Amino acid sequence: MISLFLRDLKLSVRAGGGALIGVLFFMTVVAVVPFAVGPDLNLLSRIGPAILWIGALLASLLGLDRLFQAEREDGSLDLMLMQETPLVLTVLVKCLAHWSASGLPLVIAAPLLGLFMNTSELAIGATMLTLLVGTPAITLIGAAGAAVAVTLPRGGLLVSILVLPLAIPVLIFGVSATYAAVEDPAPFLPPFLILMAITLFFAVIGPLAAAAALRSSSD
Amino acid sequence: MPICLVVEGLSAKRGEDLIFHDISFVLRAGEALVVTGANGSGKSTLLRVLAGLLAAESGSVRIDGAAAEIGHPRELCHYLGHRNAMKHELTVAENLSFWKSFMGDSPGGAGKDLEDATEAVGLGGISHLPFGYLSAGQQRRMAMAKLLVAFRPVWILDEPTAALDANADRLFAELVTGHLGAGGIVVAATHQPLGLEARELRMTGFAGVGGMV
Amino acid sequence: MSEQSLAIRKFSDLANPTRFLGLAERLLPWFSGLTALLFAVGLYLCFTTEGDYQQGETVRIMYVHVPAAWLSMMCYTVMALSALGTLVWRHPLADVSARAAAPIGACFTFLALVTGSLWGKPMWGTWWVWDARLTSVFVLFLMYLGLIALNRAMDDPGKAAKVSAILILVGFVNIPIIKFSVEWWNTLHQPASVMRLDGPKIDPEFLRPLLIMAVAFSMLFFTLHIAAMRNEIWRRRVTSMRRQAARNVGAVGTGMEGPNA
Repeated sequence: MISLFLRDLKLSVRAGGGALIGVLFFMTVVAVVPFAVGPDLNLLSRIGPAILWIGALLASLLGLDRLFQAEREDGSLDLMLMQETPLVLTVLVKCLAHWSASGLPLVIAAPLLGLFMNTSELAIGATMLTLLVGTPAITLIGAAGAAVAVTLPRGGLLVSILVLPLAIPVLIFGVSATYAAVEDPAPFLPPFLILMAITLFFAVIGPLAAAAALRSSSD
Repeated sequence: MPICLVVEGLSAKRGEDLIFHDISFVLRAGEALVVTGANGSGKSTLLRVLAGLLAAESGSVRIDGAAAEIGHPRELCHYLGHRNAMKHELTVAENLSFWKSFMGDSPGGAGKDLEDATEAVGLGGISHLPFGYLSAGQQRRMAMAKLLVAFRPVWILDEPTAALDANADRLFAELVTGHLGAGGIVVAATHQPLGLEARELRMTGFAGVGGMV
Repeated sequence: MSEQSLAIRKFSDLANPTRFLGLAERLLPWFSGLTALLFAVGLYLCFTTEGDYQQGETVRIMYVHVPAAWLSMMCYTVMALSALGTLVWRHPLADVSARAAAPIGACFTFLALVTGSLWGKPMWGTWWVWDARLTSVFVLFLMYLGLIALNRAMDDPGKAAKVSAILILVGFVNIPIIKFSVEWWNTLHQPASVMRLDGPKIDPEFLRPLLIMAVAFSMLFFTLHIAAMRNEIWRRRVTSMRRQAARNVGAVGTGMEGPNA
């Protein structure tokens, strides 16, 4: 299993891997927002955490469709389906590797972009923390979408359409927790704990659904 | 106890269409079966059903006499399909060592180490190169090296010698003979003769019953 | 034969698409008639009962809106049950049912959204409010559309069946979470300033037409669902006949090229 993790990590870092592109996309999306809403720093600092979250959500969906499709195209998926190792575990490890290569860089890039948005230090810290906890949930539920669309030649867009509605709770609690940390009356912990619970929940149903979909779409 | 691949009354569908119907055979340790037939006659489908990648419409595949309890017969099988299951971005050594550790060995045997395996397919000394740099024939041979690094008693090979020259054909025949000599089982689908002593299953296609020759 | 296996056999008798087609042919006229009758009565009551002293004539929108919203949820439940039928019991009609229900569900959801919006304009002064209910219905609508898109993108019905069944179930498990989180989000952003339908107790005066309309809508759903299932079965038969025809040409080897080789 460690070998699978390392291999996927290597693949996404080598030429053609999606890790860098995800971060670039994230930065571009966030950089474009001020052009749309205007350069008012007060407004930007108010919506900054929300913009960061939306950027991260879209960037995590990017490249998700290749998670199983690349394996299917070169025949590796067949071999993974045949092993004694439970498929659910294989899927989970692939998700973790995908997140480490494309989700973690987003979390690391977030503070820099937060500065562009004139976000306060506390808000930046809160955004980072919620992204760290929340983005794995997007990858995990996204794996189910990616597995469902694995046989479709241009499934990329479809994966986003299928996964985004399911990812709404992650966005809601991620952003709520961030704002709760900054604004006084609302407590930070309840939404943050719920966010964690959603991540754990998706860590169960995402790989389960993905494994079932991969088995049934083998042909 | 030597292993034994038992196939009983196997039929399979692709979509709505019945591809083959009621195929039965028994392969004992050291025996090989060559599946022949025209394009679209269901060779690949049969092999994928044997490898547990497609569900059979009816009938069963089982492996008797395994050295340990197994969950599914596919766990004792190597499957070499049309595609090589190797990543072009990684070096040959990275590819092979990944599969070696990911697949592990079936009970009752051990895989060769990387150098021995690449030597055995006649491509020693280039395992540090990215897989994508290799020619189509070399890539196919490296995919065969994958059969050697992790031990599986049953090999299921779909058009194994496509893209190979006569030399490599001979080398492949040696590999298979070696595997059979060690008590393994081989099922291979092919257009061209493999140069093997083997039984033959001719697929006639369109729900025609395959006949053993 | 034990009682249980007999029940299973009856169940699988119904699974036979030909039997289902026969049943559908017999039921459809009755269902359609009953639906029309219920709608006639329901709509008559809708327009003859008095308007609300507060909401005026717009209260009549509710008679369409509320049943449509109920049906949008019931339809997804039917799809989830069908998905279970596909994955667990491998019932051959289950996937036909799930596939046929998706567009109907999307239509009801759309109807609920449109009527809600029409009602919102005079009542709230705006076409759309990010109210918790409206938002979750909107998300449900998006999920329906995603499922339809997935079904359309896959050409092999057998494979599409299992895969969309998995997605339907994942969605079904998620609906309560989405609902809960949207409610949380709504109270965070705008505290209860929105007037809710369930706020005031509903007068029996309004309840009668509402219930009749709800039954009428349900019957409409069953009628449409059975008809759509019938169409789906016919469509599959046509497809497999076409394939057969294409194959026969190849087998005879006349060398004639099909129109789309």
